[in-house]
Amino acid sequence: MQKVIETLLIGLSTGSIYALMSLALVLVWRSTRVINFAQAGQAMFATYIGFEISSRSGLFWLGLLFAIVGGALIGAGVDYFFMRVLFKHANSGPAAVVAPVIATLGLLGIIRSFVGLTWGGEFKSIEAPASTDGYTIGDTTIPFSPLNALIIVTVSIILIALAILFQRTNLGLALRASAYAPEIAQLAGIRTARTRTIGWAIAGGVGGVAGMLVTSYNFLTPYSLDLLLVFGFIAAVIGGLESMVGAVIGALVLGIGLTFILNYVGTSLVFIGGFSVLLLVLLLKPDGIMAKGKGRRA
Amino acid sequence: MSGLLVTRLNVSHGAIHALHDISFSVEPGQLAAVIGSNGAGKTTLLRTLSGLKSATSGTAQWNEREMLGVKPEDLVRRGISHVSEGKSVIPELTVKENLVLGGIWRADRADTAKAIEEVVELFPRLGERMSQSADTLSGGERQMLAIGRALVSRPKLLLLDEPSLGLAPLVIEQIFQTIDQLRHKLGLTVVLVEQNAMSALEIADIGIIINLGSVVASGKASELINDPALRAAYLGY
Repeated sequence: MQKVIETLLIGLSTGSIYALMSLALVLVWRSTRVINFAQAGQAMFATYIGFEISSRSGLFWLGLLFAIVGGALIGAGVDYFFMRVLFKHANSGPAAVVAPVIATLGLLGIIRSFVGLTWGGEFKSIEAPASTDGYTIGDTTIPFSPLNALIIVTVSIILIALAILFQRTNLGLALRASAYAPEIAQLAGIRTARTRTIGWAIAGGVGGVAGMLVTSYNFLTPYSLDLLLVFGFIAAVIGGLESMVGAVIGALVLGIGLTFILNYVGTSLVFIGGFSVLLLVLLLKPDGIMAKGKGRRA
Repeated sequence: MSGLLVTRLNVSHGAIHALHDISFSVEPGQLAAVIGSNGAGKTTLLRTLSGLKSATSGTAQWNEREMLGVKPEDLVRRGISHVSEGKSVIPELTVKENLVLGGIWRADRADTAKAIEEVVELFPRLGERMSQSADTLSGGERQMLAIGRALVSRPKLLLLDEPSLGLAPLVIEQIFQTIDQLRHKLGLTVVLVEQNAMSALEIADIGIIINLGSVVASGKASELINDPALRAAYLGY
C-alpha cells in the first residue's frame, strides 16, 4: 500500500511538469493550429537563461523568474518573427498545412545549435530549491522528497494563476475568443494578431517553468527537454489538444501511469507505455478524454 | 456626404469576379436592404465593407472616411459593427462573455456595462441565461445574442448578414421587428443583407438588388416591393 501511495505522489510530481509542457503546446495549438515542436527548444533556451541567473546569484527562484520572462520573450519572438511571416507566405494549399510544423522543427534545430554554441554541450545542473532526499516516515525513507512537493505546489500556483487569467480577465476572454473564433473576435474589435503573440508568450513562459523544474533534478543539455516535449505532447493529445483542463488531466494521468510502470515493471517499458497510451487514445477516443461525443470543433 | 457611400466597388475571389462595379449610398439613419439569391455576392459585399475581405478597386466611405483597407478591429472603433452570417456567437463562451466581448476594446468600462444592461433589457431571454454557454441557446436567441454583442460596441453603422438564416418564420418576424425598433431608437444606419426579400424590404428605406455580383435595381424599398418585373425576376414571390 505504501508503495502505491509513493508511486502516486511521485507520479503527481512528474505529471505536473508534463502538465506545463502540455499546456504550452495546447495554448499554441488553440490559437495558431500548429503543433509547436520548437517548444522543447524554447523551454530549453529559457532554462539555460534561468541556469545562468541561478548559478550566478545562487537563487533558484530568481533563475525561475528569468526563465519565465525569457521563455515569454522567446515565445513572442517566435510568433512575431517566424509564424506571422510564414502564414503570410504559405497561406494556401498543402504548404499551409505542412510548412508551420516543419518550420517549428527547423527552429528547434536552430535554437539547439545556438544554445550549444553559447553554452557548450556539456551537462549543466541547477541547484535544487529543496532537498531531494525523500521524506522519512518512522524508520523508512520514501522516494517522495521535499523537491517533489515543491514542484507540485509551484505548478499548482501557476495553474491557478492561469485559470484566473483565462476565466476572469478581459485578456483571458480575448485569448479564448481569438482561439475559438478568430473572425468573430476580430469583428468584436480584438487585435487578434497581437493577442496570438501574447498567447505564444504565455506558452513560452510556462515552458520555461517546466524546463527549470525538470532541471532541478536532472541535468541540462541542449537535448535534455526533448523527452518532456514528447510526454507533454502525448498528454495534450490525451486531453484532446483543445482543452486546457484536458491537457492538465491528461498530463497527470500520464505522469502517474508512467511512474507506476517505472516502479512496478521497469524502465524499459516506460516508452512503450507512453506511446501505447498515445495510440490507444487516438484509436479509441481521438478527440481526447474531454470530448463530449460531438467531435472536435474545426 | 455623410453616411455610407460605396462607389464602383470590385471584389474578386481568385479568378472569380465576385462583385462588379457596385455603387450605392445609404444616408445616416436609413436602413438599406441588400437583396439577392444565394451566391449573388451579398455576403462578399458585407465582408468587404467590414474589412474581412479586400477589394480590387473602388471606394467605400463611412462619414467621408475611407473604409477599404482598414482592419475590421479598427472599423469597430469607428462605429462600424458587422454581425456575420450564421448567428455569429462563440458557442464555447457564456452568454455574458459573448456580450462582454462586444465592448472588450472600449476603455469606458462603465458604459460597456451599461450597454450590456440595455441589451438585456431589449432581450430579456438573454438576461435569464447570462451564465449559460451560448451553445445552449436556440437559433433565435443566438441571433439576438449576436446582435446584442454588436450593440455593446455602441455602433453607428450596423452590417447585418442574413439574420433570418435558419430561423422559424415567427422568430424571423420578431428579429425583423427588433431590428426596426432598434434602428429608430438608436438612430442606427443599417445595411441588412437578406434572401428573405419581402420581410427585409418591409422594414427598409431603400433596397439594393444584386444579381451575379452586380446591382440590377435599387431605389425606395416601397417602390421595389411593388415592381412586378422585379418581383418576378429577383424577389421570388
